[in-house]
Amino acid sequence: MTRSIIPFGPQHPVLPEPLHLKLALEDETVVEAVPALGYVHRGLEGLATRRDYSQMVYVVERVCGICSCIHAMCYCNCIEKLMSIEVPRRAQFLRVIWSELHRAHSHLLWLGLFADSFGFESLFMALWRVRERVMDINEATAGNRVIVSTNIIGGVRRDLSREQMNSILKDIAIMEKELKNLYDTMMNDYSVKKRTVGKGVLSKEQAHALGAAGPTLRGSGWAQDARQLAYEAFDELNFAPVVETDGDCYSRTKVRFREVFQSFDLVRQAIGKIPEGELAAKVKGNPEGEITFRVEQPRGELFYYVRCDGSNFPERVRIRTPTFANIPPLLAILPGAQLADVPVITLTIDPCISCTER
Amino acid sequence: MSNFEATSISLDEIRSTAREMYDGGWRLVTQTAVDRGDKRFELLYHYDKDLVEKHFRVSFTQGTIVPSISDIYFAALLVENENRDLFGLEYDGLVLDFNRSFYLEEAGDPMTAPFCKISTFTKPKVEV
Repeated sequence: MTRSIIPFGPQHPVLPEPLHLKLALEDETVVEAVPALGYVHRGLEGLATRRDYSQMVYVVERVCGICSCIHAMCYCNCIEKLMSIEVPRRAQFLRVIWSELHRAHSHLLWLGLFADSFGFESLFMALWRVRERVMDINEATAGNRVIVSTNIIGGVRRDLSREQMNSILKDIAIMEKELKNLYDTMMNDYSVKKRTVGKGVLSKEQAHALGAAGPTLRGSGWAQDARQLAYEAFDELNFAPVVETDGDCYSRTKVRFREVFQSFDLVRQAIGKIPEGELAAKVKGNPEGEITFRVEQPRGELFYYVRCDGSNFPERVRIRTPTFANIPPLLAILPGAQLADVPVITLTIDPCISCTER
Repeated sequence: MSNFEATSISLDEIRSTAREMYDGGWRLVTQTAVDRGDKRFELLYHYDKDLVEKHFRVSFTQGTIVPSISDIYFAALLVENENRDLFGLEYDGLVLDFNRSFYLEEAGDPMTAPFCKISTFTKPKVEV
């Protein structure tokens, strides 16, 4: 049969960012997918060698708009470990609170976009209405809705008052109630199941062999979550990775939805256990040596490699984002899919191209 | 203090190490290219199994052809093409070679960073 090549993206109604796939089709069936990147490559790793290591916090926050504070947290951990800085315990709990709020609003953003991708407009709006409450918390506690610039080397720059924490707890209770209804609506809906169950199946073996990360990996049955490394205050918080076993679009959706509830639970636990104390340790001198550090971003494991030579400027900052890891699995699950399912399948890896290209 | 440790291996051992790791159930996290100056490069291979990391380091000079592991770990496809674009590294056996147009314009000149210079400047103050 004659093959035709059609471009998917970089401008496409379901893509918030410019991902371009060249799809080879036989009739309506995809037989091959080749990525074409480079639309938002900014050379941020190159910029790292020309910025003071403390200025780099602002740069890594802009690697990704949606999980800005988690990038900063990972980078700060690298520098803090290299400089043997002991971050105050209160700061570690505060980092967990803001990072879990980030995870919740990122997943809600994705769930809304996903509902929109198969035409479920009212669900899209309902999910984003809930998300607004998280954005309001961010604005009230950190001054910004998206770029929550609270991390500094040595700790955090902002504190949460007891009133603010109580207000967060109250908001979380409301959101949980609203989301419980939406969860039942979304996951039991005939049309949602029709578009997602059995589509874009990534087997357990494939997910591991292709280096998948985050909900894409856990949706295929792997109980791996970088938060199990017990960085920051996660050593004092109870949680287990959210796992689904079918490996299809429905499984990945379910993992993300359940992780929103998990994030709220972690915020509640963190608020319950946060100790009094300092917000940041004093930082003196320059970092030296090399280190890797991993944290769990909403899209999966985020990996940083930092090498410093004792000067003000890092010698190398390497950032491996979860979408970068999830593109090879995407290329493996698209062949065999119908063209109409490509937008839905592509969205289920929650592609963040700004992260991927840096 | 960092407890980062990487096992040094030679260019000839890259593929056998990757095969060993793959058969042992290790996941490829990524590769990191480091420009050490004076036309010297290091390439780090990061693997993970049950949240335990293992790192391997290969040192070589500019122009050396590095064996690709993308046929063993398909996930290496992206990072090896990225290293080709941004560090000018050469790989042998890439399963899909973008020929230095992975991030860059297909019709443009290949940017062979670090030879491509990035510079920053401060605008001079204008007296009003």
